Amino acid sequence: MNQRFSWFNATSLALGFAFLYIPILSLVIYSFNSSKLVTVWAGFSTKWYGALLNNEAFLDAAFMTLKIAFVSSTLATILGTMAAFVLVKGIAFPGRTLFSAMIYAPIVMPEVITGLSLLLLFIAIGADRGMTTIILAHATFSMCFVSVVVSSRLVSMDNSLEEAALDLGCTPLDAFRSVILPLIAPAVISGWLLAFTLSLDDLVIASFVSGPSSTTLPMKIFSQVRLGVSPEINALSTIMIAIVTVGVVVASLVSKRSVINQRKQEQLAAKSTIE
Amino acid sequence: MWLLALFLVPFLIVVKISLSDGAVSIPPYTPKFDLQAGIAGIKEFIAALDFENYVYLTEDNLYWKSYLSSLKIAFISTCLSLLIGFPIAYAMACSSESWRPTLLMLVILPFWTSFLIRVYSWVGILSNNGLLNQTLLNIGVINEPLVIMNTDIAVYIGIVYTYVPFMILPIYATLEKMDSSLLEAAKDLGCSNFKAFWLVTAPLSRPGVIAGCFLVFIPAVGEFVIPSLLGGSSTSMIGKVLYDEFFSNRDWPLASAVAVILLIILIVPIVLFQKQQQKLQQAAQ
Repeated sequence: MNQRFSWFNATSLALGFAFLYIPILSLVIYSFNSSKLVTVWAGFSTKWYGALLNNEAFLDAAFMTLKIAFVSSTLATILGTMAAFVLVKGIAFPGRTLFSAMIYAPIVMPEVITGLSLLLLFIAIGADRGMTTIILAHATFSMCFVSVVVSSRLVSMDNSLEEAALDLGCTPLDAFRSVILPLIAPAVISGWLLAFTLSLDDLVIASFVSGPSSTTLPMKIFSQVRLGVSPEINALSTIMIAIVTVGVVVASLVSKRSVINQRKQEQLAAKSTIE
Repeated sequence: MWLLALFLVPFLIVVKISLSDGAVSIPPYTPKFDLQAGIAGIKEFIAALDFENYVYLTEDNLYWKSYLSSLKIAFISTCLSLLIGFPIAYAMACSSESWRPTLLMLVILPFWTSFLIRVYSWVGILSNNGLLNQTLLNIGVINEPLVIMNTDIAVYIGIVYTYVPFMILPIYATLEKMDSSLLEAAKDLGCSNFKAFWLVTAPLSRPGVIAGCFLVFIPAVGEFVIPSLLGGSSTSMIGKVLYDEFFSNRDWPLASAVAVILLIILIVPIVLFQKQQQKLQQAAQ
């Protein structure tokens, strides 16, 4: 759809993005405020960043969160990709409908339910609560997101490529490695990134399944924020926002460039066939 | 590959179902704990032995009220997100092709930043001596600070703010695919701009609108973080009740019963949503 760009559209875009970005901007600006009171501007300062770096509880929690996110997203990517294969390739087995419903359900399920039921499960099997349980819980729910991302890529993939590889004498494993994997790699990578951020971000499930010794960064932030606004949290948020922004912008630039490259190659190929 | 999949599948399914079963239903069986009186969930559902916790739930007004108010808050927030999200999606779909990836990225970017941080940022804006009140006081629009923080209004703002990208993206996806010649045809045939929108654009964007509404409504019902940070003591949403029941009152059986009922309430919209997605997928194929 491409219509003339009207004033109405421009205003709604401007207002919409103002709504989306003003809160974040205000957070960033006030992290440089030297006053302890978040609402009074008392001059530029970076002292909250310094305070943050000396706060060991926060650093520990941040490190723990990163570790959990890394392991759980890797696990989720492996499981999710396999699940996507099972779903897309249409392999028949008893309980297939149930299985596909289970893949979609946790995506929309309220986190409180997921968290509570996982906790009860861990207790029922007598698992010690701590980092491991958080990793398992995160892997479980982010696996679903990965499988959705990967299966949408698999659906659009050309099946004949795999068949060709098999006809040309590849073993199934070879065909998977040299044909399918490169084709779905972008989806697998974005699935991993999604799982990583979901795990970094999760508060509710982690607080249900964590043990006394394992506190993740969101849990830490939440317990602080409950008491009110604090400039240290603003500083922490700013750092996190900066990392995410840089990451997303770089990723989108890279993918844009690869699309352009691909187009160029296609054009060259088209030219050479004509000549 | 087929062989590999076929061999791996049964094994994996055992692993996966054991994992996702936990996510979907409450483990029905925990004999070692004194919880079994109420780990009610399924065991007692089937056996119909002890509905104590459920009876308690129906007798106590608090729970009814919080279920109802969760549904109400989620419903109103969904409508508000639609009102805000639709114009944005529409404007994005109308913008020139070269701008669209940038606009799309701008919508998705907040989604990648921490949810907790985004909710928290409103605390600084809405509180009694927060940014909004300061600005309005300075301009002279109001004489005394508005009390928004710790009310339902703050919860609406929080939910709309965090979930509006979920509304924008599906609507944008349907609008983008729309054929603008249809609109031209409608106008050629004498429709006013508004009528053309109502008769052509609105019905064609319906799948996106429906998907967006589900994506906002379902998680909003069980929302916990937003009401506990932005809402006051008068805002009772079921996610918060469950969390408090579990962590403050330590009444695990009751919390499980609350969860089971919430799940039953949500199963209808979830199933509807899946049906609709499947239909869309089939249509696409």
